[in-house]
Amino acid sequence: MERTLRDWRAIAIFVGPALLLYAAVLLVPILWSFGYTFTEGSVISGFKAVGLSNYVRLVQDPVFWQATWLSVKYAVLVSAGQVAFGLLLALMYTFYLKRASVLIRTLLFLPVVLPTVAVAQMFIKFFAITPQYGFVNAALQAMHLDGLVQAWLGQGSSAFWVLVLMDIWKSMGFYAVLLYTGLVEIPEETLEAARLDGASGWRLTRFVVVPLLSPVILTSLIFSLNGTLKVFDSVLALTGGGPGNATTPLTLLMYKTAFNYSEYGYGSTIAFALTALCLIVSLLIIRRSRTAGEEA
Amino acid sequence: MNRTLFLSALLLALPVAQATGITFLSVQNQDQGYTKIVSELGAEYQKTHPSVPYHYQNVPQTQLAQKLQLLSAGGSLPTLYNIDQPTLLQQLYKGGQAADLEATFKRLGLTNTLNPAAVALIKRQNGGKLLALPLELNIEGFWYNKKIFTDNNLKVPTTWAQLLADADALNKKGIQPFAASGDQKWPLTRLIGGYVARKYGSDAMDRVATGTLKVTDPGFLEAVTAVQALGTKGYFGKGVTTLDYDGAVNQFLQGKAAMFYMGSWELRDFNDAAKNKIGTQNIGLFNFPAVAGGKGTLNDWSINAGLVTAINPKDADAGLDGWMKYVFARYGTRALSELGMITGFKVTGTPRNVPALTTLTQQRLSGVKNGYLWFEGQFSPKATAVAGDNVQPLITGDMTPQAYLSQLQDALK
Repeated sequence: MERTLRDWRAIAIFVGPALLLYAAVLLVPILWSFGYTFTEGSVISGFKAVGLSNYVRLVQDPVFWQATWLSVKYAVLVSAGQVAFGLLLALMYTFYLKRASVLIRTLLFLPVVLPTVAVAQMFIKFFAITPQYGFVNAALQAMHLDGLVQAWLGQGSSAFWVLVLMDIWKSMGFYAVLLYTGLVEIPEETLEAARLDGASGWRLTRFVVVPLLSPVILTSLIFSLNGTLKVFDSVLALTGGGPGNATTPLTLLMYKTAFNYSEYGYGSTIAFALTALCLIVSLLIIRRSRTAGEEA
Repeated sequence: MNRTLFLSALLLALPVAQATGITFLSVQNQDQGYTKIVSELGAEYQKTHPSVPYHYQNVPQTQLAQKLQLLSAGGSLPTLYNIDQPTLLQQLYKGGQAADLEATFKRLGLTNTLNPAAVALIKRQNGGKLLALPLELNIEGFWYNKKIFTDNNLKVPTTWAQLLADADALNKKGIQPFAASGDQKWPLTRLIGGYVARKYGSDAMDRVATGTLKVTDPGFLEAVTAVQALGTKGYFGKGVTTLDYDGAVNQFLQGKAAMFYMGSWELRDFNDAAKNKIGTQNIGLFNFPAVAGGKGTLNDWSINAGLVTAINPKDADAGLDGWMKYVFARYGTRALSELGMITGFKVTGTPRNVPALTTLTQQRLSGVKNGYLWFEGQFSPKATAVAGDNVQPLITGDMTPQAYLSQLQDALK
C-alpha cells in the first residue's frame, strides 16, 4: 500500500485529473490575466503591449487607493461585526434561550439564505427618503427627531454604514450557528468547575468560554475576511458603488474598469492588486495560526 | 460500428443551421417606443414573407455595452442592435459589423425617408458617417407646470437669473422647483451641459472633443458651480441622488414639482392619461435659459436621436434588403400615428389625432437653428461614467466643482 502511494506514477494518476482541472480553471486564467496587465485594449479593438505603464498608473491613481482603503475598512468592520454579533448571539442561544433556542436560531439564520439582491432592495426601501420616507426616516419623524432624517443612501458617509449594517445583519446568523457548535463542545464540567470557583456572567464568558472558543473564532474570522475582501454583489445591489465612488471597493472598481470602460489591461492590473492584497492577508493569518499552534 | 461512424461523420459534415431572419436587440420592452413599431412591422412582413422571421431580444441598458462586446467578439451580433457608445460603434464599423447606412439606404432607394437634421446629428457623433438609425428624434428642455406658474405669478424665465428667482419664489412657498432623477445621474449632467452650451455657444462640446477647449476653463467652472447651487439650496427636494427615473417623472406629473428638464421621449408618459395627473393642457416647454455674458442663444436646442440602432451586414439574411425597404418606408408615419412619437424618419400623409404636446414638440424641432448633443455625447465610456458618478457627490455638496472638473479632464485624456 505504502509502496503504491509513494510511487510517483500512482500519485500522478490519482492527483492528475483534479490537478489538471484546477490548473485549467484557476491557474491558467490567473496567469493569462497577469499577462493582460502588460497590455492595454479591449476584446474588439485588440490589445497592444504597454510594458509597466499600467502599474505606474495604478500607483498614482487616487481612485485606486480610495477603493483599496474602502475594501480594507469594509473587510475589517464587517468581519469584526459579523463575528462579534455572531458570538453574542451564540452566547445568548447557549445561556439564555433554552427552550426557544431552535426557533430563534432558525429565524436569525433566515437572512443568510435570502438572495442578496432581495435584501438590498429591502434595505433601499427601509432607508428611503424619496418619494416617501422609508421605515427609518418615518420612525425618526415619529419620534420627533426630524433633524436626523437624511438621505441615508444618498450621501457617501452614511451609505457606507448602511452597507456595513446590511452585511452584518445578513451574515451574523451564520456565524452564530458556527460559534454555537463550538460552544456546545465545551464540556459542562469545565463550566461547572468555573462556576464553583465563583466565575459567572461576564467573567465566565471572558476568562473561560472565549479562550476555549478561540480556534472557532479564528476560523470564523478567516472565513469572514476572505469573503468580505471580495465583496461584490452586496455593493452592486445596494448602491452600485455610489454616490460617486464612496462605496466602490476594489472588486467593483475592477469590474467597471474592464467591462464598462473597456480598459481590460488596467482592469487586470487592479485585479492583480486585489489578488496581492488577499495573498498578504492569507499569509498573515497562516503565520499567526502557525505561531499560535507552536505555542500550544 | 462502421455504419455508426459513417453516419456520424456525415452529420458532422453537414453545415450547422444558422438562425435565419432578422433579430432586433433592444433595451426597451417589446411594447415600448420604437421597439413596438419595428416589431409590428417585422411581424407584418413575416406574414407575407415567412422565410424572413422576426425575433426580438432584450438587454438592460446598463449591460448593453458589455453584451455587444461579447456578441461581436463571438461573431454573433444580431441584425439590428441598440448601441450607446459611439467609440464602440466605430470599432464595429471597422470590423464590418456595422453597416454604412447612408450607402445602404441609397442602394435601397430609401434616402428620402430620413430627416436630414437627424442624419446630421448621427453623423456628427460618428465621424461623418451614418452608422446608425434615428429611430427617435428628441428635443430637450424644461417642461413646466403652467398652473403652478400662474398660481404663483411667475413668468417663463428666459435668463438663468430669472430661473433662479422663480425657483427661489417657489421654494419659499414650499413647492419643489425642479424634479430630477439623481439616481440616473444624466438628468443632472444635462443641466451642466445646457449651461455650458449657453456660455460658450452650441459647439462647446465639439471643441472639447477636438481638444481646443478644456473642461477646466472658467466657463465650465461657472456652469458646475451654478448647478451645484441648485442642489445645495434644496431646489430638487430631499434625497435627489436616490430618486429614480419614474419617481422624478411622477413628481412632475402629479404636480409635486414645478419644472422638469427632460427630453421629448417622455411624451409617452405625458400623453398617458393614467400617469398624467396634471393634464396635457397644463404642460408647457421652455428652452434652457440664456446665461449672462454667454454666446449661446435661445434658438440653440439640445436635440438627439435617442439610443440609436445599427445594422449588422455580416451573415445577413438574404431577405434583409426587402425587410428594410418594407419597415423603414413605413416607420415614421406608423410611429407618429400610433404612439405620437417623433422620429428621424419622415412622415407621409398627416395622421389624425396627433396629441397637442407632440404638435408642440414638432413645432419646436422645426424651429431649431443650432442643435447640440448632450454633455457626454462625445465622451469615451470612461469619461461618461466619471461625469455621471461624480455629479452625485457634487449635487449634495460633497465634492467641489474644481475636483469634479479636474477628474473629468483626467478621464478625457
